[in-house]
Amino acid sequence: MEAATAVTWLPVCKTTDIPADGGACALVKGEQVAIFNFARRGEWYATQNLCPHKQQMALARGMIGSAGEACEPKVACPFHKRTFSLLTGACLNGDECAIQTYPVKVEGDDVYIGWA
Amino acid sequence: MAAQQLPTVVVIGNGMVGYKFCEKLLAKSTAFNLVVFGEEPRVAYDRVHLSEYFGGKTADDLLMAPQQWYHDHGIALHLGDAVQEIDRASQTVHSRGGLVQSYDYLVLATGSSAFVPDIPGVEKQGVAVYRTIEDLEEIKAAAATARVGAVLGGGLLGLEAAKALLDLGVAETHVIEFAPRLMPRQIDAAGSAMLQSKLEALGLKIHLSKATASIGGNGRIDALHFGDGSILPVDMLVISAGIRPRDELARLAGLEVGLRGGITVNDQMQTSDPRIFAIGECALHGGMIYGLVAPGYDMAEVVASQLLQGARAFTGFDMSSKLKLIGVDVASFGDPFIAEPHSRSIVFEDAHSGIYKRINLSPDGKYLLGGVLIGDAEAYSMLLQTVNNKLVLPPHPEDLILGARGGEGSDSGANVLNLPDEALICSCEAVTKGAICAAVAELSVTTVDGMKKCNKAGTGCGGCVPMVKDLINGTLMAQGAYIKNVLCEHFDYSRQELFDLLKINDIRTYDTALNRFGSGDGCETCKPAVGSILAGLWNDLIVKQNVIQDTNDRYLANIQKGGSYSVMPRMAGGEVSPRQLMAIGRIAEKYNLYTKITGGQRIDMFGAHVSDLPDIWEELINEGFESGHAYGKSLRTIKSCVGSTWCRYGLHDSVTFAIELENRYKGIRSPHKLKSGVSGCVRECAEAQAKDFGVIATEKGWNLYVCGNGGAKPQHAQLLAGDIDQETVVRYLDRFLMFYIKTADPLTRTAVWLNKMDGGIAYLRNVIVNDSLGICADLEGEIALLIKNYFCEWKEVVDNPELRKQFTHFVNAPKVKDPTMKFETMRGQKKVAEW
Ligand code: SRM
Ligand SMILES: Cc1cc2nc3c(=O)[nH]c(=O)nc-3n(C[C@H](O)[C@H](O)[C@H](O)COP(=O)(O)OP(=O)(O)OC[C@H]3O[C@@H](n4cnc5c(N)ncnc54)[C@H](O)[C@@H]3O)c2cc1C
Ligand code: SF4
Ligand code: FES
Repeated sequence: MEAATAVTWLPVCKTTDIPADGGACALVKGEQVAIFNFARRGEWYATQNLCPHKQQMALARGMIGSAGEACEPKVACPFHKRTFSLLTGACLNGDECAIQTYPVKVEGDDVYIGWA
Repeated sequence: MAAQQLPTVVVIGNGMVGYKFCEKLLAKSTAFNLVVFGEEPRVAYDRVHLSEYFGGKTADDLLMAPQQWYHDHGIALHLGDAVQEIDRASQTVHSRGGLVQSYDYLVLATGSSAFVPDIPGVEKQGVAVYRTIEDLEEIKAAAATARVGAVLGGGLLGLEAAKALLDLGVAETHVIEFAPRLMPRQIDAAGSAMLQSKLEALGLKIHLSKATASIGGNGRIDALHFGDGSILPVDMLVISAGIRPRDELARLAGLEVGLRGGITVNDQMQTSDPRIFAIGECALHGGMIYGLVAPGYDMAEVVASQLLQGARAFTGFDMSSKLKLIGVDVASFGDPFIAEPHSRSIVFEDAHSGIYKRINLSPDGKYLLGGVLIGDAEAYSMLLQTVNNKLVLPPHPEDLILGARGGEGSDSGANVLNLPDEALICSCEAVTKGAICAAVAELSVTTVDGMKKCNKAGTGCGGCVPMVKDLINGTLMAQGAYIKNVLCEHFDYSRQELFDLLKINDIRTYDTALNRFGSGDGCETCKPAVGSILAGLWNDLIVKQNVIQDTNDRYLANIQKGGSYSVMPRMAGGEVSPRQLMAIGRIAEKYNLYTKITGGQRIDMFGAHVSDLPDIWEELINEGFESGHAYGKSLRTIKSCVGSTWCRYGLHDSVTFAIELENRYKGIRSPHKLKSGVSGCVRECAEAQAKDFGVIATEKGWNLYVCGNGGAKPQHAQLLAGDIDQETVVRYLDRFLMFYIKTADPLTRTAVWLNKMDGGIAYLRNVIVNDSLGICADLEGEIALLIKNYFCEWKEVVDNPELRKQFTHFVNAPKVKDPTMKFETMRGQKKVAEW
């Protein structure tokens, strides 16, 4: 989906700002973006920080992990443990709506978010 | 493949049942050419949940499937175009828009329209019916300016409409019913009386045995005139007086229709023309129009099966129903009215709480025939199952409505797991108990949502969702008990097994544990569980591996509504000096924190920004405080009473002992939190017997109690040893706590742990007091290590710049606080703003 529109790569933080296998929140153009350093897999993900369940600004503080045979990467909201796919943003266990995901790239020790 | 060679099935009507027919046919075969005509401007939507349109759902939320779905499945869909003629001779249908479409099979799913009685004045403005989204828009517009509204009809739909008017803010809403009781088709007179008083409490005004003679007003409604001469001034009226099957097309085409409407069908849902079927609310089967969605879905299934030469037939359907949305539970099932001598009834009535329940039993008391539930319909699904599956009743059938009153297995008759496999759980989607349990056992479906995806159970009216949940849990539990009690999908071990493995292999990080003994990348279940095991083994600094901790342990504070945190320093035994009190007051004021005395005899400060936490703790530590571990699965507080120091009854010094114990076990991680109390005498002011461990002074020493619990399922602690001295209390406690830390399942409090233990307290006493397993020396050694490794976690963070840095909301703007966090003032203190 994102590929269709050209994205602008915005530098947001250093790789060392995000704990290995954890997340942190960054302020990007006034929006709260949760960035995850999935060090175990050498992957980076970014999503909205707002959990749609009870509108808590908390996803960056959630635990990441994987689900199922296909090891779909996911994050669990620290509030009530709703989980969301880091790939698609889909909610994996309820009727909550999907969350927005953003492309991420790392160059040197800089982390960039792709902004559409 | 050339599409024209496939037989063409034309569906007239794109309502709930018409849609379901397409879905069911496609699931069975794609060897048809499907053409659908719908008169409404949008694709089929969920009429059952129509009222939620007022509650904020959009028309799109209610769609059965998006328009794209029809396209993706090759269905030719003509919306906003009604069929106006069926030419049976040439096998074609003609639409209002001028389309001519030939068919091999024709399915009429034209539904019904609201029945509008022939009352003078019904055409006036402000009079609406309740059937389509457009009707709802009209009602919404009228309600915006109406002060008094009325609903004509006190049936299932009428009451739903009346509640909607209330919710739309119509100040005064009346329900007018011609019959002498509400919901005359479903409930008896006594149930109606109870329902009436409940609805009146909600603000509805109910008029029974009231015939409406005419509708007054000059172009626009202004009053209802009744047969008895009385007049009720109203600004709007919703008519909900029943439904009228839409058989006009069928009539025109010369198909057989019923005397009072409805397209006559046989058990195969065929009309008098065998190529033409009728399903849903337009079909008349066995002299009956079914105004519910589940029988309509069953009819759709029958036709789909017929087209594929299947043998499914429709043989009638149960009319049990449950009222939703109204704020009062109402349900009726089976035969609600059957009376002596064909049955005997048991009635339970509690006027005070507004509960009325009636069950009708077979004369021999063995079977349930039907009943009515008002005020509390929790048992509905189970009772319905009991009727439909002809389950033999337990010896005390009254328990079905009163709840079991103790005694082993007295509720066994009412357990979903006892239903036969063929029991229909989701009648909308025809999913049986067997199918649900198989999905759990064989396809590892473990959530209701997963089940919805897997076999659609629970996606229709939603009434069966609680049962689906029970079946999933029941099946999982049965598996857990007989198969394996594993941590989660990533670790094939129980907590106790993993505890031993990590100990023997000297494993100290989550990642090594996962690499050696697990699979995948872990999750929110196994990460904190392994974190707890590692802490129970080595008591290392928890924040060194903070990303595997639950958020409270990661930020060493309890996260709260809105995303702020609470700060709770330790006050061992509940003792605090005036100086410390002043320090707390000063610090709370400085950081603008709300303060409260907790139920655990200490002070909590709420509403801290994550970035302020290290500064707040730095000041607290400078005043001599340390972490209270209020966030951890660890020792919380040991409450004390004033004891012999001040109290005239005090036998020993309970405060000193409580402080000693609290300082001994503080900071140690356990499967769940630990709470304790020490009382100076049997008057028990410290509530020691409600705690995970509690000590009470006796003439000769102390009584030690264990495994008590407050919380949702309170349970008294049990005596582990009596009249023992202080040293022995400590020794037994060391053993007891370590045994719990090593063997309990994740997030299991001591009470639940004991309840699951074979042999119960006698076994536990044998292990702890008599060392029956010969492990006591080990237990004492292991806990000594944990005690020795204690440090205040907050002090470590405050002194460590790297760790401190993690306490920010924005990594790229450490000074900026979360702008979405809002507070307001209450009783002179701040609180989280509601949103
Ligand atoms: C602050 C306090 C209420 C108060 O203002 O008095 C409190 C607040 C919370 N309790 Fe409690 N409990 C508090 C005393 C109690 C007590 C009374 C006691 O300890 O004497 C009980 C019943 C005793 C017991 O636990 O057996 C109690 C039983 C619970 C339970 C149910 C536990 C159970 O076994 O069923 C939970 C839920 C849980 O832990 O899973 C809970 C959970 C919570 C949580 C942590 C809910 C959460 O996860 O956010 C609350 C955190 C509020 C916050 O934001 O800080 N709280 N809670 C009390 C803190 C005591 C302290 O100083 O540490
Ligand atoms: C507010 C409300 C609440 C309800 N609550 C419940 C409940 O809790 N439980 C329950 O089981 N049931 C409930 N029902 C009843 C349930 O909605 C119906 O049983 C179900 O919708 C019937 O489906 P159907 O497809 O037969 O008819 P409909 O859903 O009415 O669909 C028929 C469609 O055919 C179209 N049509 C008619 N004639 C033509 C034509 N000539 N050409 C083209 N299209 C045509 C109509 O416009 C309509 O869109 C409720 C109904 C309402 C209105
Ligand atoms: S009783 Fe419930 S609401 Fe009150 S503090 Fe405890 S957990 Fe929170
Ligand atoms: S706020 Fe995220 S799960 Fe509830």
